Amino acid sequence: MADTGPLIQRDRAAHPLAYDPGYKTSVTRSPNLPLLSMPSTASEQTGPVFGQNLLGRLDNNLIENFTQGAEKAIGERIIVHGRVLDENARPVPHTLVEIWQANAGGRYRHKNDGYLAPLDPAFGGCGRTITDENGRYEFLTIRPGAYPWPNGVNDWRPMHIHYSVFGSGFGQRLITQMYFEGDPLIDRCPIVQTIPDKSQIERLVAPLDMSMALPLDALAYKFDIVLRGRRQTMFENKPEGM
Amino acid sequence: MVQKLELLRETPSQTAGPYVHIGCIPFFTGIETIYPEDLGRRAVENGAKGQNITIRGTVYDGTGWAMRDAMMESWQADASGVFPGHDGADPKVNGFCRFAADNETGEFTLKTVKPGALATNSGIMQAPHIALWVVARGINIGLQTRIYFEDEDNSGDPLLGRIEQRHRVDTLIAKKTAEGEYRFDIRLQGDGETVFLDM
Repeated sequence: MADTGPLIQRDRAAHPLAYDPGYKTSVTRSPNLPLLSMPSTASEQTGPVFGQNLLGRLDNNLIENFTQGAEKAIGERIIVHGRVLDENARPVPHTLVEIWQANAGGRYRHKNDGYLAPLDPAFGGCGRTITDENGRYEFLTIRPGAYPWPNGVNDWRPMHIHYSVFGSGFGQRLITQMYFEGDPLIDRCPIVQTIPDKSQIERLVAPLDMSMALPLDALAYKFDIVLRGRRQTMFENKPEGM
Repeated sequence: MVQKLELLRETPSQTAGPYVHIGCIPFFTGIETIYPEDLGRRAVENGAKGQNITIRGTVYDGTGWAMRDAMMESWQADASGVFPGHDGADPKVNGFCRFAADNETGEFTLKTVKPGALATNSGIMQAPHIALWVVARGINIGLQTRIYFEDEDNSGDPLLGRIEQRHRVDTLIAKKTAEGEYRFDIRLQGDGETVFLDM
């Protein structure tokens, strides 16, 4: 059974601000009042467990999964891989990693996306995998395009892949975005800039990883993810009223 | 100089964006050829022990607008207060559910069984509750909250007891609208702002 010990309190300084007027939608969607802090309980320390039997053969292959191998998606072929760790630097094994992204032209297969770039009939835009015993994961996909979005009159999202990661406790749940080394749009993106700590922004930029590139096939990018850790001490105070 | 702490920092969150459905509940947006079904479609299977309940609600932004693009996840114990995967857990309870605001009305629906009471790590009993996580475009880090129930004894709950402004406790309590039916609205900001958690 997974570790269900108490979670380390979340370091809010590692994260974006909830309210950032540069990202206009956050203005009305950010709580004004302080969060209520309390030590984690079983509701946060446990979480859903997903097994390998959830996965189909092509789930982590976004180039082929939408057509179940009948066609291949258009775009630069890339491998994205990495490890899921926790704050204690321990691998997070057997945890579900889901990704979603725009196609090579920067268009999402979603009813609310009306961008000029056409849909790719061979590209759905999502995939999932489960980390191995060392916390490793890997996807085959195409590099998503940058695209404009309504915020300022000429704001563009850098190329990015959305990530959803579970960990072993519901309180570790994390959704984030991976960016690509060298993309000049990263520094201009109001969503990226919601993160006040510049060194934390760098944590979201995946380097080119030629050691994992497949010759005559696909480039590779490495993206490691760190989830909240668990307190390792065997001492547990039980103050009155807690 | 001192020794270095060997802790890593958590990866920063980013907004789930307007297209979170593609990655988390692709059938919701018409992508039906990749997976057999959406993950977390059912919090419970037929035959789960306990009271079947339906919780409906809406996520409102700071202007009072019903958000059409929010996605939520819930996690809960079974009717005996045992989490799935643990000794004695009801095998018909998945505990985890994903659901989204309706694209036209903004209303969400969670069908489940009412969870049992359960203890904190130090043995204090908590009232029955469902852990809830809300993400959407404009939410830069997922919002944690809880659903408690109007028709349960919430008086000794240690989390609700920590809320200084007692009228804010109501923001975490689902209102009973009929037998087995509840209403739980979420207000991200402003009047009646929901209590969000840091746990």
